[in-house]
Amino acid sequence: MKTHTFRNPVGTGKYTGLLLVSPFIIGFALFTLYPFVCSFVLGLTDYDRITPPRFIGLENFSRMLSDSTFLTAVGVTFRYAAILVPLKLLVSLGTALLLNMELKGIGVYRTAFYIPSILGSNLAVVIMWQFLFTSGGLADQLLKAMGLSPVSWYGEPLPAMFMIVLLRLWEFGSTMIIFLTALRDIPKELYEAAKVDGCGGVRSFFSITLPQLKNVLFINFVLQVIAAMQEFNAPYMITGGAPMNSTYTLGMLIYDEMFRFGDAGYANAVSWVMSVLIGAVVALMYKVTGRMRGDEQ
Amino acid sequence: MKKAIAYLLLTAAALVMLYPLLWLLGASFKTNDEIFSSVWFMPPRIEMSVYGRAWQTVTPYTMGHYFFNTFKIIIPKTVFAVLSSVIVAYGFARFDFPFKRICLTLLMCSMFMPSIVTILPKYLMWNEMGLINTYVPLTLPSLFACEGSFVFILIQFLRGIPKEFDEAAKIDGCGTLATLFFVLVPCIKPAVISIAVFTFLWTMNDFLSPLIMIHSVEKYPLSLALRLSVDSTGQGYEQRSIIAMSVIGLIPSIAVFSLAQKKFVSGITMGGLSG
Repeated sequence: MKTHTFRNPVGTGKYTGLLLVSPFIIGFALFTLYPFVCSFVLGLTDYDRITPPRFIGLENFSRMLSDSTFLTAVGVTFRYAAILVPLKLLVSLGTALLLNMELKGIGVYRTAFYIPSILGSNLAVVIMWQFLFTSGGLADQLLKAMGLSPVSWYGEPLPAMFMIVLLRLWEFGSTMIIFLTALRDIPKELYEAAKVDGCGGVRSFFSITLPQLKNVLFINFVLQVIAAMQEFNAPYMITGGAPMNSTYTLGMLIYDEMFRFGDAGYANAVSWVMSVLIGAVVALMYKVTGRMRGDEQ
Repeated sequence: MKKAIAYLLLTAAALVMLYPLLWLLGASFKTNDEIFSSVWFMPPRIEMSVYGRAWQTVTPYTMGHYFFNTFKIIIPKTVFAVLSSVIVAYGFARFDFPFKRICLTLLMCSMFMPSIVTILPKYLMWNEMGLINTYVPLTLPSLFACEGSFVFILIQFLRGIPKEFDEAAKIDGCGTLATLFFVLVPCIKPAVISIAVFTFLWTMNDFLSPLIMIHSVEKYPLSLALRLSVDSTGQGYEQRSIIAMSVIGLIPSIAVFSLAQKKFVSGITMGGLSG
């Protein structure tokens, strides 16, 4: 039987599925795999984007170890992720729990919390943030109203970091939605059974809700770590990495090395190291939560 | 009682969340002095003329021009992303084929690949082909189902449709692709709409890719135009024009979200994934 006809160009045979997913395979090879390999190979070269790349072995990688800007950026990136990710997960989970309490008009709240996250890293939002925190801006005025002295948001390392963390925290909506969906999927019978057995609210949270959420918790964690460690827009626009490089993330360093200093070899080496770092954090978390996640399955 | 506390907390939180946006809207009507003298968002007067000035921008082009540029990226990108994701998801959800498991693993990998790692080689690649400063690098990759999360959402939805639908379509003489587009796609409309909406929102928000790929002001999308305006105005400048520009810049995202909200609520459950 002829499987490929004019009316049925992809056919119905063994390879039809492969044919249908082929755009993805081609795209993966071209836009993910090739760049990933390419970035490692270029990382082994000295390349200024004008003269052809020259192989220099691991020199770029050893240069990183003595490059104080790089080491600072690694520290900033990790600190930023370590502050932001747990906070964001906590706020999202807390709000999702509140929204899950069969209240009326939940849709309105869900939308209100979700809107900031869809605006995401829109430049307009970033500009808004700049205004909120300029000297004498809304943040300072609020502090004044509470009888506190204004903070030099852009001048001190800690407030500058706080400002960016707060922007990303404000966008917790999408993480919350994932938690909310997972909460809805927990069978109600579990809670009823727990109630019969005399379990209180707190206890059933720790022995039912949390274990049931473990996979979603892990997924949210991974997505947030990846996003946080790549942070670029907010520090680039709001602080420019200042003061004293205290908000200078790895994302900014890669951009600067590539496009400002024209050092494509080094930029690629750093971006490759960064992906290994991200992978390591995710793998570590997978290992740490592995037992917890494995228990219940 | 417990519910009253929950309402109180939620209302307070919602107000805190939305206040910055309200403040932004209000500040677009305030003078520099007024912006820095009151926390209350309401402006003393509302003059629409500031929006006229904001529309003109301080750059050589009007905001209309930048909007048009943005849509020249968004429209092909959305069409490409929806089309390719639907086809690929159909392949995964309905067919068995050699190396399927490996392909699914690759799909997962593409979801977790940090984009900043691949962006430099991609830039060099497009540069080699002379396509930097065109919209090709920003739109063409979408033709290859490059958003793993989209494909996963669609696979989930497609699996929810009984296989009998496909068989009935086959008996009625539908080919493989006709079954997908005339029978299955109408069933998974919420997921398709979510994908379109997310592509729209993410492209509106995208800053790094156009920053790297687009170099001439004439071709700038909105995000780069906003940055240019901020950079080319000093401290003494009338801040409300920039603020009004930001408000205009947020309108498309909020409008699209509000319009699609009802339809895509079931889609965002999974689609919230990488928001």
